[in-house]
Amino acid sequence: MVSILKTLFYVFLHTFRKRVTVLYPEVKPRIPPRWRGRIILSLDPNGEERCVACYLCAAVCPVDCISLQAAEDGHGRRYPQFFRINFSRCIFCGFCEEACPTYAIQLTTDFEMGEYRREHLVYEKEHLMISGTGKYPGYNFYRVAGVAIGGKDKGEAENEMPPDDVKRLMP
Amino acid sequence: MTTGFLLTVIGVLIVLIITAAGLTWLERRLLALWQDRYGPNRVGPFGIFQAAADLIKIITKEDWIPPTAEKAIFVIAPAAIVATVLMSFAVIPFAPDIVIADLNIGLLFFLGMSSLGAYSLALGGWSSNNKYALLGGLRGVAQMLSYEVFMGLSLMGVVMLAGSFDLVKIVEAQRDIWFCFPQAIGLIVFFTAGVAETRRLPFDLPEAEAELIAGYHTEYSGMKFGLFSMGEYLGMTLISALTTTLFFGGWMGPFLPPLLWFILKAFFFICLFILLRASLPRPRFDQLISFAWKIMLPLSLLNLLVTGGILLLRSS
Repeated sequence: MVSILKTLFYVFLHTFRKRVTVLYPEVKPRIPPRWRGRIILSLDPNGEERCVACYLCAAVCPVDCISLQAAEDGHGRRYPQFFRINFSRCIFCGFCEEACPTYAIQLTTDFEMGEYRREHLVYEKEHLMISGTGKYPGYNFYRVAGVAIGGKDKGEAENEMPPDDVKRLMP
Repeated sequence: MTTGFLLTVIGVLIVLIITAAGLTWLERRLLALWQDRYGPNRVGPFGIFQAAADLIKIITKEDWIPPTAEKAIFVIAPAAIVATVLMSFAVIPFAPDIVIADLNIGLLFFLGMSSLGAYSLALGGWSSNNKYALLGGLRGVAQMLSYEVFMGLSLMGVVMLAGSFDLVKIVEAQRDIWFCFPQAIGLIVFFTAGVAETRRLPFDLPEAEAELIAGYHTEYSGMKFGLFSMGEYLGMTLISALTTTLFFGGWMGPFLPPLLWFILKAFFFICLFILLRASLPRPRFDQLISFAWKIMLPLSLLNLLVTGGILLLRSS
C-alpha cells in the first residue's frame, strides 16, 4: 500500500520534469555533418561536372537505385548523359559515395524528402546537381588524373611527370 | 415529460459523449506528461481536436464481423456496455436541479447496472469465437463478480450514514462533513473496486495486451471497438462522478457554482485514474482475485461493522 502511494507520488513528480521530446518541425534536431541524407552530384572547382560516368556507384548500390548512361564530350571528358536516383528505393547506405573515384556523388545532411507521389521520389540529374563542390572544395579529378582531355594533355596534370617515351632504351 | 427534463437528458447525454471522446485525448496527454513526453499536440490548440480526428478515423474503419462469430450477440455486446453505463448516469445529481431520475434506490440502480455491464464482456468474449477473447471474457466476468461484492458492501457505510439509497439525499447528508472522512476505508475500497469495475489499469486483466492481444474485444473493429473504449471511458467518468457524489459532497462547495464544483471534483478523480494507469503494473490474475476476496472483502465488512457499531452507540 505504501509502495503504491510512493509510486504514485514519484510518477506525479514527473509533471514538473523537462520533457525529452524534440518538437521536430519547430525545433530542428542536431544533424551530424557526416549524416547520410539526400544524395547530390557536385561540380569541380572550375564549375564542371565531376561525374565521369564510371558506373561504380550503380554497381555498388545494393538496391540498384542508381541508373545512368555514360557519354563523352568533344574534349574527351566523360559525363553522364542522364543520372537518375530512385529515392523510394535508396537506403542511404552511402556505398555510392565511398565507391565514387571523383567525389562527384555525395550524401548530404538533408533528410526532409517527403513527397505525396511516388514518382516524385525519382530524381533526375538536374535535381541531383548542385552548383558547388560539396564536401571536398579543392578537388578536381581531371587535374590530378593522367587521362588526357581537351586543354590538358598527358603529363600536364598536377604532380605528374611527362610520359615516358616507350621507344627510348635508356631508363 | 416537460421540455426542461428532456433538455436535461439530452444535455447530459451530449456532455457525456463529448467527455468520453475528450478523455481519450486527456488520457494520452496526461500519460505523456507523466512519461516526459508531449502526447498528441498537433490537431488544434493543445491537440484537443485529436479526439475528433480519432472519431472520424474509427467511424470510417472497416467494421468487420468474423464469419465464425455469433453475429447477433457479437453486435449487441458493445452496445450493452455503453447503454448500462449511460443508464447509471441517470441517477447522479450533477447539481441541485440537474438530476435525471431522482430514484429512492439510486445506489442500487447503479450497482445493478454495473453488474449488467459484465454481460457485455462475457457476450463479447464468447461470441467472438476466439480463444483470447474467451479468456478475456472469462477473466472479465470473474473480476467483475469478485469486485462487485465488496463494491456494494463498501457503499453500505455511506448508506447507513446518510440513511438513504437516494443519491440526492446522500449529497444533502454531507452538508456537515464529507463522507470521505468517516468512511475513509469505504472510499479506498470503493475506488479500488471502481477501477476494477471499469477494467482500467492496474486491473485491466480482461484485456491484458501482453497476454491476451486485446482480451474480450480482440475481434472487434471500427465503431464497435470504439463503443467498447467509449464504455471504458464513460465507466471511468461514472466512477469518478460517484466517488464525488458519495464521498466528496457531490456538488457542494463554496463560492463556485455547484455544477462547476461537481465537474472539478470528478475531473480530479479522472486524473487519478490516469495517474494509476501511468504508475502501476498489472498484477497476476490469481493475485487479483485473492486480493479481492482475502483483503478487500474483509476490509469492507470490517468497515461496515465499525460504522454500524458507532451509529448504534450514537443513537442509543
